[in-house]
Amino acid sequence: MKEAIFVYSQDQLSYKFNDDHPFNHLRLNLTYDLLQDLHALQESQIVAPRIASDNEIALIHDKQFIEAVKAAGKGRLSPGIAANYGLGTEDTPMFANMHEAAALLVGGTLTAVDQVMEKKAQHAINLGGGLHHGFRGRASGFCIYNDSSIAIEYMRKKYDARVLYIDTDAHHGDGVQWAFYDDPNVCTLSIHETGRYLFPGTGHVNEKGSGKGFGFSINIPVDAFTEDESFLEVYKTSVREVIEFFKPDVLLTQNGVDSHYYDPLTHLSATIDIYKEIPKLAHELAHEYCDGRWIAVGGGGYDMWRVVPRAWAMIWLEMINKRELVTGDLPLSWVDYWQKEAPVQLPTTWSDPDNLYPPIPRKQEITEKNYKTLEKALFHIRNEMKMK
Amino acid sequence: MIIEEIMHTDVVTLTEDATIKTAIKMLEENRIRHIPVIDENNHLIGIVTDRDIRDAKPSIFHSDEHKEDLLKPISTIMERDVFTAHPLDFVEEVSAIFYEHNIGCLPIVEDDKLIGIITETDIFHTLVKLMGAHQPSSHIEVQVENITGKLSEIAAIFKKRKVNITSVLVYPCKDIQYKTLVFRVQTMDPRAIIADIEKEGYKVLWPNMPGVIE
Ligand SMILES: [Zn+2]
Repeated sequence: MKEAIFVYSQDQLSYKFNDDHPFNHLRLNLTYDLLQDLHALQESQIVAPRIASDNEIALIHDKQFIEAVKAAGKGRLSPGIAANYGLGTEDTPMFANMHEAAALLVGGTLTAVDQVMEKKAQHAINLGGGLHHGFRGRASGFCIYNDSSIAIEYMRKKYDARVLYIDTDAHHGDGVQWAFYDDPNVCTLSIHETGRYLFPGTGHVNEKGSGKGFGFSINIPVDAFTEDESFLEVYKTSVREVIEFFKPDVLLTQNGVDSHYYDPLTHLSATIDIYKEIPKLAHELAHEYCDGRWIAVGGGGYDMWRVVPRAWAMIWLEMINKRELVTGDLPLSWVDYWQKEAPVQLPTTWSDPDNLYPPIPRKQEITEKNYKTLEKALFHIRNEMKMK
Repeated sequence: MIIEEIMHTDVVTLTEDATIKTAIKMLEENRIRHIPVIDENNHLIGIVTDRDIRDAKPSIFHSDEHKEDLLKPISTIMERDVFTAHPLDFVEEVSAIFYEHNIGCLPIVEDDKLIGIITETDIFHTLVKLMGAHQPSSHIEVQVENITGKLSEIAAIFKKRKVNITSVLVYPCKDIQYKTLVFRVQTMDPRAIIADIEKEGYKVLWPNMPGVIE
């Protein structure tokens, strides 16, 4: 069995709305290149994504919606009908062959799943996936098909696995949460900037699941301007307690990297340091609880030059136990090559500069509030663990 | 929105001769905090709340004494002056009753008969929905002068950007010369809209740094 596999092909870049859109999968290329220049990605570790079939996509999405996406990609969907499906908006504009592009991202996550569940690899990563806002019958927030939801349902049906989904994107993982809101065999944990101001507005600490699924949706909305220490306290405490409580067979992590201070769409104040810690704990716990089964997908991340390549490379380097590469300078070849394309000054080191941003005026209050939120989010788990 | 659309119609009730002990059991079993008391014609004659019960229950320090108190009828502890609402009342009106009188639940009465109940939590959930916060959206706050036409001017900016507005609230400001308009809009990337609003000379209160605005 391989230690880890990396799902990637250039074709994943076909998921492209337009040149001005903040979601740009060129970031896959940037990450891939960085790993190549580090000599940390072998040919034998790369697996090309397959295309998900209509039946696989229909594990989560309505048939009419899939048909609408296909029609939109062929330029045959009227704007009025498109709007009903969340297509043709500023967030998810229609583009040529959008069904094929979205189905490839889904297929990439399913490729990663099969590699891990069929014991070909311990861990697998598909950075092209992680499109957590897609709904059953509606595109939303840059997401057409929800590859994580599809992969989870696929693992339920094909492998009868209990799945723990951990989402550290700055936006609430609403699509995945609602897809499994009443399912006690799928536990979703989302840590995100509070929806008081940020899209999608959900992910309140009181959203805990319904019916048999009560207790298996966990949300920790952190305050705007949350910094590394507080974010990691919330992450480490909740992930450890949730996995101990739920005892999953497999771990699926969504690795949006838009909590960084540089990210233009959110208001958190994390540095690159948290992206070293996030996969580290996931890795450790996958071995402790899931016999190593860990699938990682990408997600948000809208500073694709300065933040995404480093943050995403860190996940892969964690998977293959090459943490020691994540210090000092970035490969000069990478910086030189991409600086020509970049509209901003690229970082030259793995870590962020000191004093990345001016001091946050209400740091103490924010930290305290996040801690209270964490306690509220874990209250029912702690209660149940006490009774065991 | 009217109350009829959000009220519960499967109401747990008691008659006034039921014992306090029965009331305690019903509150616990149904995990509720209020029981309307009705007569044989389904007319509302009172209400017992978990607070009335707590006051009537023997204290834990005297748990063996006064056990006979629990066998008294609820008519001895129920409140008879009950605020009620009508199924055609607006959610806003009913919210105001909750707010002014600091109560936890309102029986809904039509033709003198009890037909439903609504709790503070129901109102809260409804307000969240009315504010549009249950649909994927971003939140933008704009300060405008308190004169006519400002809402439509800002709305025109959203229209130009083809962004759907999920909800609008108009808040009073401390300074009565201004109002705050709160929009929830269906986009994950409100940057261009915010820039447009600022270009038109308006002050965007959010997004902003904490501690900068009161
Ligand atoms: Zn995001």
